[in-house]
Order: sequence, then C-alpha cells, then structure tokens
Amino acid sequence: MHVNGVEMTLEQSVSLQDFLMAQGYDIRTIAVERNEEIVPKADYADIMLQDTDILEVVHFMGGGQETIGGHSNADKTISR
Amino acid sequence: MRTIYDPMTYQPQMQQLDSTMLETVQEAMAAFEQTTYIEADVKSALQKQTCSVQDYAALLSPAAMPFLEQMAEKAKQERKAHFGNSVQLFTPLYISNYCENQCIYCGFNCKNAIHRSRLSAEEIEKEMQAIAKTDMREVLLLTGESRTASDVQYIGEAVRIAKKYFPTIGLEVYPMNVEDYHYLNTCGADFVTVFQETYHLDCYEKMHQAGAKRCMPYRFYAQERAILGGMRGVGFGVLLGLSNFRSDMFAAGYHAFLLQKQYPHAEIAMSFPRLRPYKNHEKTAENDVHETQLLQMMLALRIFLPFASITISTRERAGFRDNVLPLCATKISAGVNVGIGGHTEEEQKGDAQFEISDSRSLAEIHNAILKQGMQPVYTDYINTNLL
Amino acid sequence: MQTKQYPDDVLMLGGHSFHSRFILGSGKFSLSLIQTVMEYGGSEIATIALRRANADSKENILDFLPKNITLLPNTSGARNAEEAVRIARLSRELGCGDFVKVEVIHDSKYLLPDNEETIKATRQLAKEGFLVLPYMYPDLIAARKLEDAGAAAIMPLGAPIGSNRGLQTKEFIRILIEESKLPVIVDAGIGAPSQACEAMEMGAAAVMANTAVATAGDCAAMATAFRLAIEAGRLAYLSKLGRVLEKGAEASSPLTGFLQD
Repeated sequence: MHVNGVEMTLEQSVSLQDFLMAQGYDIRTIAVERNEEIVPKADYADIMLQDTDILEVVHFMGGGQETIGGHSNADKTISR
Repeated sequence: MRTIYDPMTYQPQMQQLDSTMLETVQEAMAAFEQTTYIEADVKSALQKQTCSVQDYAALLSPAAMPFLEQMAEKAKQERKAHFGNSVQLFTPLYISNYCENQCIYCGFNCKNAIHRSRLSAEEIEKEMQAIAKTDMREVLLLTGESRTASDVQYIGEAVRIAKKYFPTIGLEVYPMNVEDYHYLNTCGADFVTVFQETYHLDCYEKMHQAGAKRCMPYRFYAQERAILGGMRGVGFGVLLGLSNFRSDMFAAGYHAFLLQKQYPHAEIAMSFPRLRPYKNHEKTAENDVHETQLLQMMLALRIFLPFASITISTRERAGFRDNVLPLCATKISAGVNVGIGGHTEEEQKGDAQFEISDSRSLAEIHNAILKQGMQPVYTDYINTNLL
Repeated sequence: MQTKQYPDDVLMLGGHSFHSRFILGSGKFSLSLIQTVMEYGGSEIATIALRRANADSKENILDFLPKNITLLPNTSGARNAEEAVRIARLSRELGCGDFVKVEVIHDSKYLLPDNEETIKATRQLAKEGFLVLPYMYPDLIAARKLEDAGAAAIMPLGAPIGSNRGLQTKEFIRILIEESKLPVIVDAGIGAPSQACEAMEMGAAAVMANTAVATAGDCAAMATAFRLAIEAGRLAYLSKLGRVLEKGAEASSPLTGFLQD
C-alpha cells in the first residue's frame, strides 16, 4: 500500500477510519483520496483497505502563490 | 396595394440574430447629450492614454470645436502608432445601379428616372483588366440595392472575376443573410461595408420610404452577419447631415466598438460620407457639416478607435483628402468613376449615384500621398483561403 | 472599502460581495501571526494551500485564521489541468466553500503559469460549480478563453512569484482591465504598497500579496500599509485621475489650417 507516496505493508484488513486514527491523523482536518477518488468522510468507517490501495491524505496549510524553494517536491500534493 | 412596413419589423427572408446590440446603441445614443460637455471633459479626454466611450462623446461634442488643433495632434500620434505612414489605395467599381429602395437623398432612388444598367460578366472582366493595369491591388465592388437585379449569384460571379486580378476585394452591396455572406466570402470577398445612414429611427423611417432598406435592424446587424459569414472585416458609416450628425457619429463609433468587442478578430473600418450644407438654410445650421465639423468627427473616431481603418471619401476635394491622411485617414480611393463601369475606353453604361470632387488619376494621388510624407500601399495581407 | 464617498463600492466575485480588495496569501507566516496580519490588513479573503498531511502534525491552519473570512484554496503543486482539478476537489471536500484559485505551474525556474492548462482546469471546475479564480500570465486571448470557460475573475501576474518587482506587466494588465468583463485581480510580484496602489489606480479590482507582507520587518504594520495603499488606489480610480500638465506650445503651422468651410 502507498500512503502519501510512502510504501507500507498492510498486515491485516482494517477500515480506513481505524487506519487513519492508528496513524495519528486528525480526521477533522484531512481529506482522503483513495485510488484517485475522493472518499467522503461518512464512508471512512465502511471502507476496508486493501494492500494495493494508493492513499493521499491531505490538509490545508498556509499558502499564497507557489513558494520558491520553500517546500521540497515530496511535500506537494498529487504525484504519480 | 403596397405594404408599408414598420421600420423595426423584419421582412420575410430576413435573418434575425439573437442580439441586443441595437438596443444598447440606441440607449447610449439617447443618453448622449452633446451640449452637456464642457472644456474640462475635452481636455481630460485628450490627456488619457485610452479613450473611453464617454471621452469619445466629449470629443464629438460642440465643446471640442475649439480644440480641433489638439485633437489633430493627438489623432496624428495615434495614426502614426497604429498605421505608421502607410496609406492604402483602392478603386471602387459600380457594377449595377438598379435599386429597389426609395431613399429620398439618393441618386439611385428607384423612383428616380436615371439610366439603369448592370455590367455583364464580360464587361466586368474588361473593367477589372483596365483597373489592374494601373497597379491597383484592391477593388471595391458596389451595386445599387436590388436583390432581384443584382442577386447574390451575380455578385458572387463578379467577385470570382475580380479575384483573378485583385488580392483584396471589398463589397458595398445590400445587406444579406449569413449564408449569403459566407458564399461571397468563399468566392473571394474579404470586406463588407454597409452604411447605416442614420441611427435615429424617426429620421431613418422618413428617409427610407420603401424597399428592404426600410427595415432598420436588418441593416444594423449586417456587419455582424458578415463577420459570422467569415468576412475578414466590416465597414460602418452614417450619412453625416441626414440627422444630427454628432449623435449619429456617436452611435456609429459605439456600434463599431461593440462589434469589435464581441468579435475581437474583426477588422473595423469607418467612412465619413456627408451631405454638403447648402446656402440660405440657417435654420438647420447647427446640423450643417462643414469641413471643420467633418474633420472633428474623423479625429474623434481616430482617437476613440485608433486601430480602425478610416476611408476618406471621393466626395471631398483633393486638398481636404490629402491633408487628412497624416492626421486620421488610412485609406483613399483613386481612379474613381462612380458611373456604371467607366474604367474602360467605352462610354459609361449607367448614371452615377453622386458627383465626385476629386477626379485625380491614380498617379496623381500616388504622388500627392508621397508629398504628404506618406507611403502608398496597394495590398497589405495574404489571403490564405486562396493559397 | 467603505468610504464616505463610495459606500456601495464592493468587489463582486461569483455573486459574493466583499468590502476589502486586499487578498492575503497565508504562506510563509508563522501560524501565530496570521490572524493579526489578516486583521491589520482588513482582508476578507485568504488563500490557503493543500498539502500532504503528516500523521503527527497537530497544528491546523484553519484554527489560526479568523472565522468570518472566505477561504480561497489554491491548486499550487498542480503541473497540469488534471492535477489542478483533483486538488480543487480535495479542497472542497475539506468543506471550505466553492472558491478555488487555479494555479497550474510547469516551470520550476520562474514559476510562470501554464495558461493553456489553466483554461482547461477552469472550464472543468466551473462546470462542477466551483467559483474559479485562475492565476494567469496576462494574455488577452487567454483572458477571453477563461471568461468563456466560466472563470469568476482573472488573476494576472505583475511579476514572477516572490520577486517583489512590482507591475512589470503593467501595459498588459491595463489591456486586460480595459477589455475583460471579469474582475482583474493582480497577483504575484507585488512587493510594495506603492505597487499595489498603482495597480488599483489603473482599475484593478483587487490585489493579492503574500511574500511582501510575510517577509517584512513588521508584518502587521506592512499589512496595514497595504490596506491603506489599496484603498487609496481604489479611491483614486473611482474619483477619476485629474489632468497632467498640458503640453508646450502649439505647432507654428497648424495641422488644421487647410480647412475650407
């Protein structure tokens, strides 16, 4: 499984909600894309993750115009 | 019994566009109160980098009359910035003078007992050859407004013949539908000019007593239909002196402005035909268009639409025509004969629409342009349709 | 802006009205400063960016922004239209309204926007009900296409992002202001209040700044300076600039001497 570009192994079947909480995400402030589709928050508990899933977990931060040199590319959203 | 049409009602076969541009122009024209402008408005308009519609109105107003010299200075700068020293030359050719309209100011009026005729294909070919010999590269084909005597096919045929000799072809014919313009465009026509004559409905109604021309909106939307039909550019104009010339000129400029906004690729041209003032007629003196007023209108338009081409009419005298070239006009006709045909040795076949004031030959006009420090240009674009 | 002379002057964006014409970028600030800066700047709109979340990050920018402001998420990081659309959808999922500032940048050296991809993204997002404010290179033809694509405003750049070099594209922005039916918001490159004022005097609908405020010695005071400059420029625009001194003497041989009435 890939989470924000990082590879990890899913040891056992788990819901998206349990996974995010176990990882320490603040569910209130994030949005999740699973295999390029946005997952509505109401569905987090019902979705069972698979080891082939690709997750993007994003949140807001300060941002004006695109920053020069401020972030490494890995920090930016969306890559494939 | 003959039907008297309401001038705002479309007649059968007239295509209607879904547009409110006419209302927009009429409202703005009604709001244009020429006597409310003061010196400060004119000075402010002359200072600005971009001339707004309101600035244009100020420049057209009587308040701008004392500033003609400053307007000329500003117009000259704009003309130089947009067109440099070039002056485009063209020759008009009247191919038919049949007309089905009754315009009370016009020599082609269908009730006028003049000698009518139209050129045959062979005669058109001969005329074209005669004009082409003079180095001229742009021709303007004109007809009286009769859809029966000079139908779209006939005009198309004339355009095809002309295209053999001239890279650029303009049309000044009756307004038609988009598909007709498209057809003429495929035949080789590039530009379409339609004079609105006046934007004042009451005057328009009075002047155009019968015929297709009586329908005002159909005429108003002719330029838009021509652009939709694929034409490269369109020309506008009012017959100055027919009604209030300042508000008519305001409407014509605003009409052109709106059309260019909606069709940014369309090339815009303006002409300035005028009725000459006649003596012992002081009652209407404020509407008389003398050379001073005519020049004011031309300068205001140059400042308002610096990118527009301005044609200087053959009705004006040589001295006027030469001197407005560096100030505002960019296009001048030469080798003109306003009768039907008339460029060949043979006698002209039909009577003329009006009298011309500048009867100089192409060579004479060419030299007069050079004398003004300007450069005569015979053609300035490549028509990729025909490559 | 609410002045005595022009109480009804508001900025309209996609049917929403704003009194402030100062859009503040929230990047490059320490979170604790943002609220103060927003207040001093009087801004009602702040841009924010979407980034990958770290599992352990506990600070949430939304907690630091004033509650009554409009959030304008941008699509920074997007290199093409498709990525911009994905980022915009994710932003909306976070529940901050329908506004989105489309940024598509495929040039890491100058960070100049890709107008072609921006138009594509704008068309798609407008179709999905977003209020789209595209960041663009000031090109009239692209502006017309953006209008056609359903943009709520256009955001042409004054100079390269973060360069603080002012209105380098002034002449082209002037053309956009003249020709476009949409509000023109000058974005990027504005490095000083005087430059913001200049843009507003020309008739820009609003100015967006970030780096200039975030990198000032006193961010709150600089935000105030921008607010005042933007209001001054707007007021000057509304009250119509006066005449410059007249030119010198008239030509000795007048241009109109040929007339015969």
